[in-house]
Parts: sequence; structure tokens; C-alpha cells
Amino acid sequence: MDITIIYYLIPSLIMFCCGVYGFITRRNMIAMLISLELMLNAVDINFVVFNRYLYPENMEGMFFTLFAIAIAAAETALAIAIIINVFRSVKNISASDLSQMKH
Amino acid sequence: MESVGSIIMYVIIALSIVLFSVLTVATRKILRSATFLLFTLFATAALYFKLDYEFLGAVQIAVYAGGIVVLFVFSIFLTSHPGENSSQLVSRKRALGLFAALATFAVAAFALLYRCGMAMTQLPAMENPKMHEIGKALMGTGEYQYLLPFEAISVLLLACIIGGVVVARKR
Repeated sequence: MDITIIYYLIPSLIMFCCGVYGFITRRNMIAMLISLELMLNAVDINFVVFNRYLYPENMEGMFFTLFAIAIAAAETALAIAIIINVFRSVKNISASDLSQMKH
Repeated sequence: MESVGSIIMYVIIALSIVLFSVLTVATRKILRSATFLLFTLFATAALYFKLDYEFLGAVQIAVYAGGIVVLFVFSIFLTSHPGENSSQLVSRKRALGLFAALATFAVAAFALLYRCGMAMTQLPAMENPKMHEIGKALMGTGEYQYLLPFEAISVLLLACIIGGVVVARKR
């Protein structure tokens, strides 16, 4: 049995769909951020798998994933700073309760 | 033809990716959700190791598992009571989420199976990218070299540090 490219793409697709489901259904802002991380991670897997199977002599997909990981870290740190700031002012981080940005 | 050990490794990694990512969005306790996210990220790192990108797997473990998940856990402790369940889902919202996820899955899986399902046969041979090649590619300005995005990322990280301090400081 050969492990073809589709064997890697299907788990990453399932991971992406879990992220979509969680992002729509969750109300807690941190849980939404966790779902966002799942989606980013699924896309990273796709980059690496396409790089490995289609162009094994180059490293573009690997570098794209490297930069995507760095951007995801920056984005998460900033989003968590915003969430903590929101929590300080309204004592709640449910997305449906945040109807105004400035109080 | 893959060896039996490689196939067993693949099955373990794929099953844990699917299982833990489903559990991440299915559990109602937020701290458990962060823990399952950690397991998903570890499984992804194992996948990178299996595909011979050792440096990428190490970065994945160091940045995601070591940095982001710790950040999540601390912010969960700061903002909510970890033991309590999240509120019960409204069934309309759950139906909407399931519909969106399944529609995405159906469209993408159809495209995958229809377009490239049988095309790519087997893993081509590859030398593991050596550390000095990665360093040269990151620091060069020629073709297939990435100094400009590297510098852009460093400016982005600086902006992110300043923004994080400004947003989260006490007034």
C-alpha cells in the first residue's frame, strides 16, 4: 500500500472543518481563537504536503509554513491582549455580549 | 511501496489528528479544549517529522505547543472559571455550524477526489533539508531565498509587541 497525497489531505480537511464548526458555534472568544488555530494548522499541513509530494527539491512550502507559524503566534498574542482588555472592562468574554467597542 | 512501520506511524498520526481536532471543538470545558488543541499540534508536528521536515517539526513544537498553548491556558485562567461548562448550544446555531462544516467538507472532498485523488502516486525521494541550507535560504536575497519576508516578519513581531503592551496595559 502506498500512502498517496490524498491520505494526508483528508485528515487536514477534517481538521479545517472542525475549525469552521467551532468558529461558528462557540460564543467564548478564546474558544473561537482556538478554532481559528485549528484552521491555520490545517492549511499549514497542506502547504507542507504539497511541497513534499510535488516539489521535493525546493523548500517554498516549508518556508511558507514557517512564516505562517510566526504570524499565527503574533496574531494570537495580540488577540489575547485584546480579549484580556475586554474582560477588564465588561467582565465577560462572550462574543454575543460585546455589542459596543467603547463603553 | 511503504514499509509497514511507516504505515503504522501514518495511521496513528492521522487518527490522532482527526480524533483530537474533533474533541477540541466538541468538548464544552474550555480548558479541555486547549489541552486537545495541544495534542492536535503535537500530532501535526509528528506529521512534519514523518515527512522529513525536522526543523519545521521542532519549530511547530517550540512555537505552537510551547508558546501559543501556554498563552491560551494563562488567558483562560485569567478570564474564566476553568471548571464550568460553556452554555448549552442553541440547536439552530449548532445546525448552522454543522451545515457550514459539512458543506465545506463536501465541496473540498469532491474537488480533491475528482481532481487530484489518484494523480499523485507515491512519496518521492528527498534529502532532509540541512540546517545550513535553511539558514542560507532564509538569509539570502537571490531566487528561492527569503530575506525580505524574514525582515517583514521581524517588523511584524515588533509591531505586535508594541501593540500587545499598549492594548493590555492598565490605565
